[in-house]
Order: sequence, then C-alpha cells, then structure tokens
Amino acid sequence: MMQAVGYGADPRIRWTEWLPWLAAVAVFFLLPEYLSLGARILVFILFALSLDLVLGYAGVITLGHSAFFGLGAYVAGILAAKFGITDPLLLLAAAALAAGVLGIATGAVILRTHGLTQLMLTLAIAAVCLEIANKATPITGGADGLSGIKIDPIFGAFRFDMFGRTAYVYCLITLFCGWWLVRRIIYSPFGATLTGIRENEVRMHAIGVPVYRRLVIAYTVSAMIAGVAGALLTQTNQFVGLNVLGFEPSGELLVMLVLGGAGRLYGAFVGPLVYMIAQDQLAKQFPEYWYLGIGLILVLVVMFARGGILGITDGLIARFRRPA
Amino acid sequence: MTPVLETRGLCKSFGALTVADDIHFRLDAGARHALIGPNGAGKTTFVNMLTGRLAPSSGQVLLGGEDITRLGQAARVKRGIGRTFQINTLFRNMSVLDNVALGVAERHGTAGRFWRPARVYERVRKEAHDLLVMLGLEDDAGGRVGDLPYGKQRLVEIAIALGLQPRVLLLDEPAAGVPSLESGRILQALNRLPADIAILIIEHDMDLVFRFAWRITVLVEGEVLVEGTPEEIASDRRVQQVYLGEQRNG
Repeated sequence: MMQAVGYGADPRIRWTEWLPWLAAVAVFFLLPEYLSLGARILVFILFALSLDLVLGYAGVITLGHSAFFGLGAYVAGILAAKFGITDPLLLLAAAALAAGVLGIATGAVILRTHGLTQLMLTLAIAAVCLEIANKATPITGGADGLSGIKIDPIFGAFRFDMFGRTAYVYCLITLFCGWWLVRRIIYSPFGATLTGIRENEVRMHAIGVPVYRRLVIAYTVSAMIAGVAGALLTQTNQFVGLNVLGFEPSGELLVMLVLGGAGRLYGAFVGPLVYMIAQDQLAKQFPEYWYLGIGLILVLVVMFARGGILGITDGLIARFRRPA
Repeated sequence: MTPVLETRGLCKSFGALTVADDIHFRLDAGARHALIGPNGAGKTTFVNMLTGRLAPSSGQVLLGGEDITRLGQAARVKRGIGRTFQINTLFRNMSVLDNVALGVAERHGTAGRFWRPARVYERVRKEAHDLLVMLGLEDDAGGRVGDLPYGKQRLVEIAIALGLQPRVLLLDEPAAGVPSLESGRILQALNRLPADIAILIIEHDMDLVFRFAWRITVLVEGEVLVEGTPEEIASDRRVQQVYLGEQRNG
C-alpha cells in the first residue's frame, strides 16, 4: 500500500515515521565529517517532498520544478549579496513568496493542459528561467555564479560554521517543518481530493470538484516549498550557480523521487539519500563514469520495483504478514 | 408543473456528423425514465450534454426552469445533477469509503480544507457509510475499489452519484458488463433509490428497462423516435423495426 490517505486513514504519526529523524540526529553526532553532504541531502529531500505533493499525490507530471528551486536560490542570494538582507529566516520567507508567485502564475497556465503538452510547458518554463539567470549577469552573476553572500547567524546566535554543523541542523529543522506541513496536507480532505484527481480526473469533475482550482493551490504550495529548499541551498553554500536551474536539476529530482517511490511521502526521503550517496561514492571511485552507476540503479528500480525502493519494502512486509 | 430537467431543441454535431438532432425532452420529479436506442444513437452524448461534459451546438438545457446550458460540470452538480458512467470511472486505488466520501465532502463544502485530517470529518464519513449500507457494500468499505468484483464496482458507481444528493440522477448503463444473473442485484439497488429523485436510465438490458421505467424514450441516430409508456413502446411497430427487431435478429 502507498501511504494511506483519505477518510479512513489514521493520521497519527507511527513510530516508523520517527526513524528518519532519529537517523538524521544520529548522523550529526556520529558522522561529523559528512555534515555538509548531509545538509545537501536534506535540502534535496525537501525539494523532492515538494515534487511528491504535485507529482506523487496530484499526478501532475512536471520537468520544471527547478524553476521554483532556482528562483528561491537566486532570490535568497541576490537579496543577501546585492541588497544586504542577511537574516536567514527572512530570506527563506522571501524565497517562498517569490516561488509562490511564480507557482501561481505558471500553474494557472500549465494546469489547464494535460499530458505531453503539460510536460513540455513545464520544461519550457524551466528553460526560460535558466536563460534569464544566464543573461542577467549584473544581478545573477551569469555563468560565473553569484558569490559574496553573507548570512547572519540564525536568531543572531548560531553562526554558519566551516564544519557545516549549523547548516545541517538548520536544514534538518526546516525539513522537519516542511515534512509536517506536507503530511498534514496529504491527510486532509484537500489531500484526499488531490489523490482523487490523480486517480480519476473525469470522475472528480462529475462529482462537482473544482479540479483546476485545487491543482493550482497544490502547485503553488509545492512551488513555495521548492523555493525554500533553493534558499536553503544558497544559505548553506553561500553561493548560487546556474546548475540550480533548467532541465538537469528537474530531471535529477524526478529520478530521485521515482527511485525512492512517488506518492508515498517517504520516497522523497529515501530517493535523494540513495541517489546522492551513490553519486558521492561513485564519483570518488569512477570520476568519469559515475552517471553509469546511477543509470543502472534506475534501470533496475524501474524494471523490478515500479513503486521505487519503498515499493520493495512494501512487498516484503506484505509477504511477511501473509502466512505462507 | 415545470419538469425537473428539460431540453429544448438540443443539437450536437461533430463536423458533418450529427449525434443529437433537435432533442426535446422532459423529466418530471420522481420520474423513472429510460432512454433506449441502438448503439451509436447518441445516448451517452445526450447525457454528457446534460451534465456539461459536452457543450451542445445549439439548444438549451433547463434544470427546474433555470437555463444551465452554459454552466460547467461542477456548477451543475451543485444544482443537483448526478451521474454514473457506462465504463467504471472510479478511484481504483482508493478505498470504497473514500470513493463515496470525496463527493459527499464536496457537497458539504469541506473538501478544500487542508489542515485537519480527513478522518475527523465525522459527518462525511457517516453519510458515506450510510450509503454503502443502503447498497449492501458496508463490508467492503475499507477495501480497495480495484479489488472488488465487477458487479460491486457498478454499485460503487451508483453510491458515488447518490452521495451528491442529486435531484436528477443519470444512470449510464448501470448494468453494463454485469452478467445477467447479477443484474438482478443492480435492479434491486435501483428500486431502493429515494422516490423523490428523478432518474433517467440508459440501458441495453431490455428486461431491466421494462421492469424499472415508467416512461421510455427511444433515440435513433440522434433523434427522438418515440416516447411513451413501456406498453406503448413495446407495441410500437417503428421501435420493433429499428430496435427490438434488430435485437431479435442479432
């Protein structure tokens, strides 16, 4: 079963749902040398979570989610580098707002379309954003990237240190808030509506659901979360490059989510974790061919585990519970 | 008395193909009305125009005297038009209860709430559950719809539509694909539907039609051939020619 949602689902947090958080805290104490990679993974988990809301639950297929991630990253970077706004939480809020505005504006257009047209439009929007960032060199730094970003200590007390300890905890807490928000949404009546739209849009119209409006709302919320993830990346790296925009990060994100399992909330945790650790290790061992390893993993998952890595565990649990 | 649902001169063409030709139709409160006709007569097209899924080329649709021709599907559902589908159009991976609850919640106006868990909306759950009891589906409430036998899925189709508390219920071949032995169960369910709902049924199972409907309209090539009581239809020579005769020979 996928994460059970709807009117019969028990919304209480199960003990297994605390495991990722315990693991994340354990990493902080046990693996201090991996904290900067850890923070990066946490950022991508938040990003994947935002995609899961629209793709996994509402069934909107998009290759343009980097537009919101990148916009959030650049808004945080530009405000800090050019306008001297350096309060981290204020920057998160600004990124969320900007991404939300872009989300509602582009969502209003693309969600009127379906299938391949929709996919192409999302791709086009991501490409346009990349090109704008590339050309607007005076503001974005263009291909050289945007540096000179100084971020204040969080609450004026916790500085971003060179070991990435503050960054890790900061990303973890932000991710926790994002997870909690998404979890509430998917268990709500609104979340049940999104699942219904994914399952059968024709019927949703026939039972009086304003499908388009619901999708635009979900898309906007998702865009805001993606924007926050982007801003987090800027703050922890103190740098923004063009690689946050365009097809590549969108595609990578989609691969991560499919790898972990879409539409099950925790697939967004497992996917980026496996993907980025594999990437890190493979890049060390085979600096030229690491993409091959990622490709093989994806082929195996798509061929043998359509529900992603979490789909495999579901199958095992079902076998274990059913007496032979 | 104004009819609950009325069409005036309803036409629909796709290019040179006319699938609905000047249809004048009325459905009275509490009616049990059947729409029959050979394959391709335009029955489903007609239903789609009533629900707003298709826009007519010309003509009007009136609900309780109000012109709803330009309204979208959601607005018509709010005003009391419910429908089922010829081919199961369900939320296959959701539970039977959720399938019904989605529509009930929409009618209650709580379906857009995004903070409290769906489970706390007791009234929605209760109402959905009561409908399942009425249709004899309560034991399947927690199960996945896709896992139900086909006949029961047809009943879920009806349960979803009833959750909208429609004034007019359009049943598009409720017994389609159900073995004739089981179609008795569908008829049983139909006979228990609230008497004040006006029901228009499209059906190929003539046995079911003649046992259920008080009035029958025969549609042929997008045109109303004849309308009358089951007795009148059964003895109408033109109907026998185009429809019943065809069935007898085929």
